[in-house]
Amino acid sequence: MSFGPFLLLALLEGTVMAAVLALTAVGLSLVFGVMRVVNVAHGEFFMVGAVLAWFVTTYLPFPPALSWLVALIIAPLIVAAIAALADTLILKRLTYDPEATIVATIGILYMLQQAVLTLYGPDARPVPAPFEWRIQTPWFGYSGYKLFVVAASGAILTAVWLFMTRSRAGLVMRATQVDRDIARAFGINVDRVYAGTFALGAGLAAVAAVLIVPIQQAHYLMGHDPLLLSFVVVIIGGLGSIRGTLVAALVIGLSDGVISMFFSPTLAKILATLLVAMVLVFRPQGLFGAKA
Amino acid sequence: MLRIDGITAGYGAVTVLRDLSFQAAPGQVTCIMGRNGAGKSTLMKAIMGLVPVQSGQILLNGQPIHTLPAHQIPKRGIAYVPQGRRLFGPLTVAENIEIGLMARNTGPDRREFVLTLFPRLRERLDQVASTLSGGEQQMLAIARALCLDPAVLLLDEPTEGLQPSMIGLIRDVVLRLRDAGLATVLVEQRVDAVLRMADRVAFMAHGRVEAEVQRAELAPESSLFQRFVGV
Repeated sequence: MSFGPFLLLALLEGTVMAAVLALTAVGLSLVFGVMRVVNVAHGEFFMVGAVLAWFVTTYLPFPPALSWLVALIIAPLIVAAIAALADTLILKRLTYDPEATIVATIGILYMLQQAVLTLYGPDARPVPAPFEWRIQTPWFGYSGYKLFVVAASGAILTAVWLFMTRSRAGLVMRATQVDRDIARAFGINVDRVYAGTFALGAGLAAVAAVLIVPIQQAHYLMGHDPLLLSFVVVIIGGLGSIRGTLVAALVIGLSDGVISMFFSPTLAKILATLLVAMVLVFRPQGLFGAKA
Repeated sequence: MLRIDGITAGYGAVTVLRDLSFQAAPGQVTCIMGRNGAGKSTLMKAIMGLVPVQSGQILLNGQPIHTLPAHQIPKRGIAYVPQGRRLFGPLTVAENIEIGLMARNTGPDRREFVLTLFPRLRERLDQVASTLSGGEQQMLAIARALCLDPAVLLLDEPTEGLQPSMIGLIRDVVLRLRDAGLATVLVEQRVDAVLRMADRVAFMAHGRVEAEVQRAELAPESSLFQRFVGV
């Protein structure tokens, strides 16, 4: 294959990665932005979403497309419920202290990981794609499902943006993000906002996982990469900034796709981590974050 | 009627308010004066449930409110304009007002009322709150609180850092609200502002109300100002 088509293929792969990464990272960014909680368990919510998708598609006696669609609805809801429970039982009791919640979310990470290892096992298991069709270009064929992942991610991110900017619940979340005490003084139930935000963030990670699992396979250790890359994205974009998260996800996703294809995935990760280090040194608030 | 009976309150192990009693009646402006650290702002926060009350009670129309979660207190009709305004800075003027309206589900009539009270805000509805001038920010902070259609209004140093014309505007609004029957608690350091707005003045020191007088009993040169405020 010549350079042009090879580059096109790399950009397509990068776009798929950017789309899923944006979904995952927006969840992490929302949780930090509104709650000031660095959720180290975010990757495990992603992993639990993927594993639940495997259970649903394996045990529901429906055609693959229908059972996958059910998984896309059920898995994020279950993950969101687990997150809301973790918020109420653990984070709330720590009064959302920034340092204590880091340790607590590390604990949640291991609890989820070990629970999945016990119930699901150590094997990586495939989840069938809901449909199999390929788009044929003059140079190569490309998975139609991957393009669907990009479109679905775009639609969900647009919905999140509309929710945050146009709905009353989004307004309440943004007000709480600015000043939680004054939010309380205006009748906002901050505990409920925090539980909802933590659930929404985890649910978005689970949605991303259900979208990507037909491409990747479900495995109990699959949460590490999404967590690392989500942190890379939110640090570059600016912690708590949804706009920054989207831009950074696009940059990291596309560069990862191109560098992985032309050189190696390891080099892509090294360069992404180097970029994080440079952002932390020269612009600690990230590209779109507010100065502390 | 807001009544505070012998409350003790503070931050963790630090006690700021000690056996403090105080009341604010409808149709009156009650000013609170005191030096820095006397506990004036902590008193406001304790009323709003933002600082835990360790003993004593706070009653609104005879009902205890100090046992309620903080977010329930504004729903009972107490509105708060904090020191330093503490607007939702990245939100627009319209969104700040919307937050106020949501607190007690007050409707478009209340929105119209506050925008009539502060017409300059109507011209800036789509402007981000943090980009307003200091005076406009204070107008918005008061407007946001008034959106609750409160029975009690707590104002913590609303004239701080404002130019004289803006202070005059805020004074007129406070007096108009008083005439409409609002119970207003005003923390203020400026003697001239207190003398023009107050019906009663409470002087605080060391977390207690040490003296309480009617406005008519106060002259500009009163020794109470020297004793409790240092002017």
